[in-house]
Amino acid sequence: MGGWAIAVHGGAGVDPNLPPQRQEEAKQLLTRCLNLGISALRSSLPAIDVVELVVRALESDPLFNSGRGSALTENGTVEMEASIMDGPKRRCGAVSGVTTVKNPISLARLVMDKSPHSYLAFSGAEEFAKQQGVEMVDNEYFITEDNVGMLKLAKEANSILYDYRIPIVGLESCGAAAESPILMNGLPISVYAPETVGCVVVDGQGRCAAATSTGGLMNKMTGRIGDSPLIGAGTYACDLCGVSCTGEGEAIIRGTLARDVAALMEYKELSLQDAVDYVINKRLDEGKAGLIAVSKTGEVACGFNTNGMFRGCATEDGFMKVGIW
Amino acid sequence: MGWAIALHGGAGDIPKDLPPERRKPREATLRRCLEIGVAALKAHKSALDVVELVVQELENCPHFNAGRGSVLTTDGTVEMEASIMDGKTKNCGAVSGLTTVVNAISLARLVMEKTPHIYLAFDGAEAFAREQGVETVDSSHFITPENIERLKQAREANRVQIDYTQPIKKAPKIAPVPEGDQIGTVGCVAIDTQGNLATATSTGGLVNKMVGRIGDTPIIGTGTYANHLCAVSATGKGESIIRATVGRDVAALMEYKGLSLEDAAAYVVEEGAPKGTVGLVAVSATGEVTMPYNTTGMFRACATEAGHTELGIWSSESNE
Repeated sequence: MGGWAIAVHGGAGVDPNLPPQRQEEAKQLLTRCLNLGISALRSSLPAIDVVELVVRALESDPLFNSGRGSALTENGTVEMEASIMDGPKRRCGAVSGVTTVKNPISLARLVMDKSPHSYLAFSGAEEFAKQQGVEMVDNEYFITEDNVGMLKLAKEANSILYDYRIPIVGLESCGAAAESPILMNGLPISVYAPETVGCVVVDGQGRCAAATSTGGLMNKMTGRIGDSPLIGAGTYACDLCGVSCTGEGEAIIRGTLARDVAALMEYKELSLQDAVDYVINKRLDEGKAGLIAVSKTGEVACGFNTNGMFRGCATEDGFMKVGIW
Repeated sequence: MGWAIALHGGAGDIPKDLPPERRKPREATLRRCLEIGVAALKAHKSALDVVELVVQELENCPHFNAGRGSVLTTDGTVEMEASIMDGKTKNCGAVSGLTTVVNAISLARLVMEKTPHIYLAFDGAEAFAREQGVETVDSSHFITPENIERLKQAREANRVQIDYTQPIKKAPKIAPVPEGDQIGTVGCVAIDTQGNLATATSTGGLVNKMVGRIGDTPIIGTGTYANHLCAVSATGKGESIIRATVGRDVAALMEYKGLSLEDAAAYVVEEGAPKGTVGLVAVSATGEVTMPYNTTGMFRACATEAGHTELGIWSSESNE
């Protein structure tokens, strides 16, 4: 074994009625980002640089729920979060509540490299961004028409729900639910569409890294933080592996998903794929999520208990695959 | 078996020559909190209620770095954070960036019980607090003269440090900072008479922290964690606790490697994080308690139904 490997994702939990054109666009974006990562790996860029570079590309494209194209808060604004982790020394950086920084993953990287802390949020994160001179834009830049429409639907769906944990019986009357009864985080999948993005890489030197970025939950309360910026939940990397998760944030946090993949490899000596399978099957309870992972020996794995996950992976020996279902 | 409780008021560079006027009030609070916790457990209160109750007391005490008595940000303000977790269900709640909420831990519990989310921060958390009608006060309520002094000294030390990435050791000590910069966090773990585990942790964070800096305390799996095997609350240098995913690792070592609570906790504290950065309290489903730390000291106390009680700051050899 050995050699580099890379995986990307654009979210776990896919509307089974997703129009073919949308599916095609998604696959093309994943392919493009995967190829960006592969070129970088072939030029011997370290894993930590590759994951940042790939996630930047995913953030800049409005298709998935990160950077431009982020899901909207209940107020119709965007609050983005991201985290990055460098396997060899387990250095990490995270940001939340970012509203004007074009590439949150790069800000997370700067928190890791240029601040004495691991995690900065809201006005403190924005202030740090200014000091660091990163590219900043108006909050409107991140908002897409698609998502404005989604927010409206989410509010309609929620107004029927008194307690999101109670199974939705009355929702059959809502148009959105009639087409797709699959629910995630209490919302019909056609509206919820997690689409967090992430990338995990092991480079030619066996160094692992992971990065995750998101706009978060559609119609979330302002100030709500999900799993994506939480080290050990949405993102984790160490000597052995790199992991990035997506899906129901609360389930991923409770299951400390990303850390558990590594812990199973470390403490139970499971292989990468076995650790991934264990986590998906046993650590989620009723939660719905997916993840991608790489190991220092050049393996790549993914797992999900959702209806589909936008993903792509490639290894040095020429294997490459992009998929949704 | 039976109930058990452990609580801490922070691990750090607590000097052995801590003057009595600084030591006694803290010991008295630890004792009082232990009594409150034990009484509640004996009255069959749930572990979740007990840890919340005890942490509220610790937050209200101005001598610990949580609630009133929180350390200050570089702007001289207070930004408090907390989290709570129910071992039985793995439900959890967390808050960050609070400036007016008297008991951050109670707000964290409300996030867990009254919202579909786990974690709310800054303006959103403050707005939620108002919606819920929890007790809020002017921010100045939390600020103590001790902490103003701590910030002043930390700033003076930092003025010499031009580059944040330099290890702090290189900065010459202008004057000893009261209890050191690392004074951190309060927490409580418990197992109740029904065998349920819970944990709660609360803090003002790091002295002179950047505005918006979040530490380990509200990050489930790092500063706080509970499941059916154990409940953990950590304290020390947040950045180290995050990297070492302290809370989850204690439980994972028990679950995946079959280590005992004591061995798992010792391993994480000794091997998982650099010396001088971490301490924790933990209880197991079988009523064991452990309180390891790799710092100079840790304000701590524990009691078990079996009759074991402990209260201390440094290692038992150096207690009178």
